[in-house]
Amino acid sequence: MFGYILRRLVATIPVMGVVAVLVFLMLRLTPTDPAAIIAGDNANSEQVAEIRKRLGLDQPIHTQFVIWANKTLHGDFGESFFFKKQVAELIGDRLEPTLSLAVMTITLAVLIAVPLGVLAAYRHGGWLDRIVMGFSVLGFSVPVFVIGYALIYVFAIELAWLPVQGYQRISLGIGGWLQRLILPAVTLSVIYVALIARITRTSVLEVMNEDYIRTARAKGQTERKVLVRHALANAAVPIVTVVGLGVALLIGGVVVTESVYTIPGLGRLTVDAVLARDYPTIQAVILLFSLSYVLINLVVDLTYTFFDPRIRY
Amino acid sequence: MTIEAIPAAAEAPPQAHRPSTLRGVLRNPSVLIGAVIVAFLAVIGALAPMLGTIDPAEINPVFRNKKPGVERSIRDADGSERRFVHRFGTDTLGRDVYSRVVYGARVSLTIGVTVAVLSVGIGLLIGLVTGYIRWIDGIIMRFMDGLMAIPAILLAMGLVSLSRAGLLAVVIAIVVPEVPRVVRLVRSIVLSIREEPYVEAAITLGTPTPTLLVRHVLPNTIAPLLVQGTFTCASAILIEAVLSFLGIGIPPETPTWGNIMAEGRSLFRIYPHNIFYPGVFLACAVLAINMLGDGLRDTLDPRFAKRM
Repeated sequence: MFGYILRRLVATIPVMGVVAVLVFLMLRLTPTDPAAIIAGDNANSEQVAEIRKRLGLDQPIHTQFVIWANKTLHGDFGESFFFKKQVAELIGDRLEPTLSLAVMTITLAVLIAVPLGVLAAYRHGGWLDRIVMGFSVLGFSVPVFVIGYALIYVFAIELAWLPVQGYQRISLGIGGWLQRLILPAVTLSVIYVALIARITRTSVLEVMNEDYIRTARAKGQTERKVLVRHALANAAVPIVTVVGLGVALLIGGVVVTESVYTIPGLGRLTVDAVLARDYPTIQAVILLFSLSYVLINLVVDLTYTFFDPRIRY
Repeated sequence: MTIEAIPAAAEAPPQAHRPSTLRGVLRNPSVLIGAVIVAFLAVIGALAPMLGTIDPAEINPVFRNKKPGVERSIRDADGSERRFVHRFGTDTLGRDVYSRVVYGARVSLTIGVTVAVLSVGIGLLIGLVTGYIRWIDGIIMRFMDGLMAIPAILLAMGLVSLSRAGLLAVVIAIVVPEVPRVVRLVRSIVLSIREEPYVEAAITLGTPTPTLLVRHVLPNTIAPLLVQGTFTCASAILIEAVLSFLGIGIPPETPTWGNIMAEGRSLFRIYPHNIFYPGVFLACAVLAINMLGDGLRDTLDPRFAKRM
């Protein structure tokens, strides 16, 4: 097991290496001169040259990459052009809202989608099945921000049950934090629920015809236990896989949802950085999101042994 | 309508013998409904100037932020006056939302189709090469893995930030994240096809590689790529809308469903129609294309249909 984890960790290095090269080249491919941006409009050419030297931009490109990669590995993402702060610090400030939103969305989505998928498979061809399948196609098609604004309109403006927008730090009280997080999390979970419910339905449907399901029923097991203990347990691996792969969708959704609900998280930071052409921040955010995506999927792979003891590493 | 159509499509039995693929495809209700809606939206986009629209970029300071149904008189080119109803209201600059949504169909659908064609074309080319020429395979696939590790919207955002926002930049930014998915698909098909006896026979007979690829491998990729292309088209329309909505996509002079909604963001609480109408059109378009894709997959690609 340990050897396997190590091997898998090592295998992520080339992937992240390619990501790093891509992200690095992105900055160098820009038509604009980062030194000129940092120097500002009133700088003379000597000042620009000075900054260029300080940033190491006068070095050949492969040397620049080595310097940049070395810095990045040590957590130094450089200074933001726009916010005039260390990017690492900037990201640290924005981490909490995004993590809160992501964790809450995943929890919500799994709690809603898995039972829905199981029931849809159980009542295969029935009205619930049709509704779940219809919802899953719909969930893929309606953009996150349309869902977001529709929910704001209904629950925050018309019914006035929840605050419209904004975020409150968890340290200021769980109530306010939760209140402001419910709508964004529901918004973001729609596409995720669609994805997970669909795969749950398919994989449960596949195992429902297996002999052990018939055996379980024959020995008088209750239907609920048949579904959970026998069907769902055996259908778990594809479901966790999709939960992991869906993180890519989730990250895309975070960017949009945070903009709709004006949550000061990493997604909002990404949008601001792109609008301001703040390349060090863009690079850092893309690297960070990609790394978390890769690592989450690595963790998902490792949970396979838990869900299916036949899989051994 | 949708609820009726989807399970029926999902349960369509995988056909071992398909005497007429086209007829099978057209008999699928999901394909039919999807195709009709897409065709309808395409016609709307194509005939935009004839559908009672006015110039979608025309700014009218007097008629700003009007709710749907407001009337005003406009002067035609020949000097005669006529009454014009803002069916979907006007936006913060007094532009007619109905006209913008109708013209937006053009841009949004064009982007979807362009991205689908480009990413399938490029992906097919790279996929065929990597699947067939072994020594390139490792290098290109590592590169593709890296590209796929970056979430699509994020990669598109990063790419858009590299140049001035415009149609071409947006199309390229959406194509790049889609290509690796096509490459993987094509590569996996090529890898399984090259083990087939008829391909081995062709190799034994001395068929040159290009001929082999075109005559034996290529035909096998058509059906899965058609399905993939359809889904790519839907996701491209969505990503374009997201980019434009965030204000980093196509500039508002060219109306797309995404940037009409972006314009409506600031005053959403008072005038939700700016987001509502384009949102409905966008959702319908993507839904229809997804249904088309689902249906195509069920009829053309039974192996894949079983998996999903």
